[in-house]
Amino acid sequence: MKYLSIEERLGTTKFIVDEGMPHIIVDKTICATCQEKPCLRACPAGLYQLQDNEIRFDYAGCLECGTCRVVCLKKALKWDYPRGTFGVEFRYG
Amino acid sequence: MSEERFDAIVVGAGPAGSVAAYCMAKAGLEVLLIERGNTPGAKNMTGGRLYGHSLHKIIPNFWEEAPIERKVLRETVTFMTKESEVSLDVKSEKWNDAPSFTVLRSEFDAWLAGKAEEAGAMVAAGVRVDELIKENGKVIGVRCDEDEMQANVVIAADGVNPLLAQRAGIRSELLPKHVATGAKEVIELPKQVIEDRFNLTEDTGAAQLFVGECTRGLQGGGFLYTNKNSISLGLVITAEEFAHSQYSIVDLMEEFKMHPAIRPLIEGGKVVEYSGHLVPEGGLGMMPPLVHDGLLIVGDAAGLVLNTGYMVRGMDLAIASGEAAAKAVIAAKEAEDYSKQGLSLYQKELDNSFVMQDLKTYSKAPAFMENKRIFGLYPSLVEDMMVNLFKVDGVPAKPLLKEAVGTIKHYGGLMQLARDAWKGVSSL
Repeated sequence: MKYLSIEERLGTTKFIVDEGMPHIIVDKTICATCQEKPCLRACPAGLYQLQDNEIRFDYAGCLECGTCRVVCLKKALKWDYPRGTFGVEFRYG
Repeated sequence: MSEERFDAIVVGAGPAGSVAAYCMAKAGLEVLLIERGNTPGAKNMTGGRLYGHSLHKIIPNFWEEAPIERKVLRETVTFMTKESEVSLDVKSEKWNDAPSFTVLRSEFDAWLAGKAEEAGAMVAAGVRVDELIKENGKVIGVRCDEDEMQANVVIAADGVNPLLAQRAGIRSELLPKHVATGAKEVIELPKQVIEDRFNLTEDTGAAQLFVGECTRGLQGGGFLYTNKNSISLGLVITAEEFAHSQYSIVDLMEEFKMHPAIRPLIEGGKVVEYSGHLVPEGGLGMMPPLVHDGLLIVGDAAGLVLNTGYMVRGMDLAIASGEAAAKAVIAAKEAEDYSKQGLSLYQKELDNSFVMQDLKTYSKAPAFMENKRIFGLYPSLVEDMMVNLFKVDGVPAKPLLKEAVGTIKHYGGLMQLARDAWKGVSSL
């Protein structure tokens, strides 16, 4: 059994991405004031990453768990589920 | 569509929502069950095991027709350190009397929503409910994009992220200490290999929980469930832990897979799906008021999960809450009173059932689990005691008692251990 990167893992999961319609919007100016940045470690899809000291986020690949919504105590996120029919589609669950 | 008025609209076709819709439709009510996934189950995920008792009460011997995976007749709890594992392993035919089953939710939830549809509920999949519609403080329907749909009662079965109740100003935001993040891989393996590795027969299954190294001592644990042709393997970690931890759940998940306790069990397997989910583990401390004018809250949205450390239950509570909500709506229709008072049977039914009684019995468990020693220190203590017990290396042995006392002293002393043990016993 191989150690899989998060990209490889997400590659096994089916997504119907709502192109151009992100369901989570990150206010990076607020992120800049956050010391802990728990999203970096808590997101099970690893979608929050730090690049040049700035949070980078990609909504494609979101497992829709809501962890970031809860751990972001700075309220930097505008969070909704994807529109009906879009987003993750578990074949096993 | 806005002209039609349903007896009830159920938001979310998970176990709580589908059971509520099923019970109400069976009693002849006009029910609309709305699901944001393309099919019921498409958005849902569990560790997963379903304790069967509450669904058996509603659909007797449901396992004969439902797409369950395996009946769990083997339970293992494992303390895990970097190099060792110490397990309590129990196998019993007695669990046949009140069986629990491993399940995969995509298929299972589709079946259960299908039962609701068969009973007469209308199922609308692929539709996201954006908010509750209120009139004079009373919930009278839901809004989905441009469409408004009305009902005498709305049942919020919208899951752990309680967006509907929050937007309606009914409840506050979840706290990071009240929820745990789960990550899971479904690993495909031939049926025979699974049965050989876990010592199972054709239909029986194993459930295993892990404490210690798998979360690096963070509050949480690992789980493994055997399905028919796959293994569900994952971690659940309290979300609050990530504020100050150096570890990420993404890395911990793969390191768990590589642990010598896990690796041989999944060898040769193929990951066919990766998923994540949030678990409401705060118990009574996070429960919002469940009965409102024209609105009932059920399942994960109501925080109906029990984590006792050696077992996690959610779906059996969700199912019972769906049934209780249905009873309340049926009674409210007879009395033509959909006010908070008219729907109060829901709370009474929950209070008198195992749901609230078990949540009360284990009400101290969430606080007890915040004790860092359980997840970090004690797995090492168990390792030291048990590994030394079986170690022979030519160094003159100490008497067993002396050895044990020495080990306990090293881990904070007998008094500390006794205090934690007492807290554990009295909160579980």
